[in-house]
Amino acid sequence: MMKPRIILDSKHLDITVTRLCYQLIEIHNDFSNTVIIGLQPRGIYLAARIHKKLQEILKKKDIKCGSLDTTFYRDDFRQKELVPNKTNIDFIIEGKNVIMVDDVLFTGRTIRAGLDAMLAFGRPNDVELLVLIDRRFSRHLPIQAKYVGKTIDSIASEKVKVEWKETDGADKVTLLSNDK
Amino acid sequence: MTTLSTKHLLGIKDLTADDIHLILKTAENFKEVINRPIKKVPSLRDITIANLFFENSTRTKLSFELAEKRLSADVVNFSSASSSVKKGETLIDTVNNILAMKVDMVVMRHPNPGAAVFLSKHIDAKIVNAGDGAHEHPTQALLDAFSIKEKLGSIKGKKIAIVGDILHSRVALSNIFCLQKLGAEVMVCGPTTLMPKYIHSLGVKVEHDLRKALEWCDVANMLRIQLERQEIKFFPSLREYTMLFGLNKELLDSLSKKIVVMHPGPINRGVEITSDVADSSQSIILEQVENGVAVRMAVLFLLAGRA
Repeated sequence: MMKPRIILDSKHLDITVTRLCYQLIEIHNDFSNTVIIGLQPRGIYLAARIHKKLQEILKKKDIKCGSLDTTFYRDDFRQKELVPNKTNIDFIIEGKNVIMVDDVLFTGRTIRAGLDAMLAFGRPNDVELLVLIDRRFSRHLPIQAKYVGKTIDSIASEKVKVEWKETDGADKVTLLSNDK
Repeated sequence: MTTLSTKHLLGIKDLTADDIHLILKTAENFKEVINRPIKKVPSLRDITIANLFFENSTRTKLSFELAEKRLSADVVNFSSASSSVKKGETLIDTVNNILAMKVDMVVMRHPNPGAAVFLSKHIDAKIVNAGDGAHEHPTQALLDAFSIKEKLGSIKGKKIAIVGDILHSRVALSNIFCLQKLGAEVMVCGPTTLMPKYIHSLGVKVEHDLRKALEWCDVANMLRIQLERQEIKFFPSLREYTMLFGLNKELLDSLSKKIVVMHPGPINRGVEITSDVADSSQSIILEQVENGVAVRMAVLFLLAGRA
């Protein structure tokens, strides 16, 4: 039995996303040379949320946001079943500042695959990583996020579940751990 | 459904409808990949694939090779014209020798029906049938299905006419299996002499009047007359065949609706289809070729991913 513990409820999640947006604006100003790329399958919802909020705050409608699938670049292909998702990047990333967005940073392998996948679309000027949840002490690769919603300490057998109103009915982040 | 139910792709007959849907859906992702600035992904970088072509081919061979290279697989090519097959080596010996060099997958075209099935029973590698005699040509049927789906949105309930040399065509047989599994209605049209004897047992409509077939269908797949497989005369002359079963612009324009025209290639321009039809806006012949690479990437990716 997995026992759920709520890490972020809907109110806190909204505050966190808003804070992340202001941190981004602090560095990237009006986003004229910056694009957002959400990683499939679960990073795209956070990317969309941030994209929407940024457009509201900056009163702009032309901030670029795309989605990127990493399936074909993964190193654990053939070890588990992977389902490819849609990649949709209809803008140029050559010379742009890219903010890569994912929901949970765990081993870092998805981000590694994401970096490779992204390079097929050109050479960005600069790439930064934004994650909602950073699971500390669980990295397999030297990858760190620049913008972090919340850092948590967890053991490998635990699971972090990020849910969104659009797909799961409610905004919340839960930690599922094995019942002792 | 995230994996195929089969270890090899020997024919459409062995696939389930779910398998076909999975391949088509995966191919959509690969179609996006091959339209990127960098058209290559590293998925199969640890896989070696041997392309064994015991029969001539341009499109299929190139298409498979491109698909393999865009998946970063290592590729070795073999064609029987320049090989020890001419010295009397058997098929199993040839393939086992190639496998001894550590090959993971084999893509094979062979003039004998059942060659791929035979091979799959005797060797330890994943086999993709790239055409075995007049039996099956599964990747062609899959790319045809992908192209129809892309053009018309779905396949279920659509009417597809396959016109021409049904008797000698592996494309026709694989297409019939594939389209029926996806819920389409299939009609075959051609001279009586080019109809297989047991065609009715496949559950398809049979028509000998091209105009009637075209009025019925949403998509017409015009097959090539395979003169190289015809050891006797099946019709009096090519000119007569063209008059009765060739598709020209006049006939196409006189139909009550706009149908989609397909051809598996190579085209005999002026025989089964005229140039103005092949190059018209209703033809999706070149889309078929483009989709062929994406579909073959999907097949190789899914088979390699299967333990």
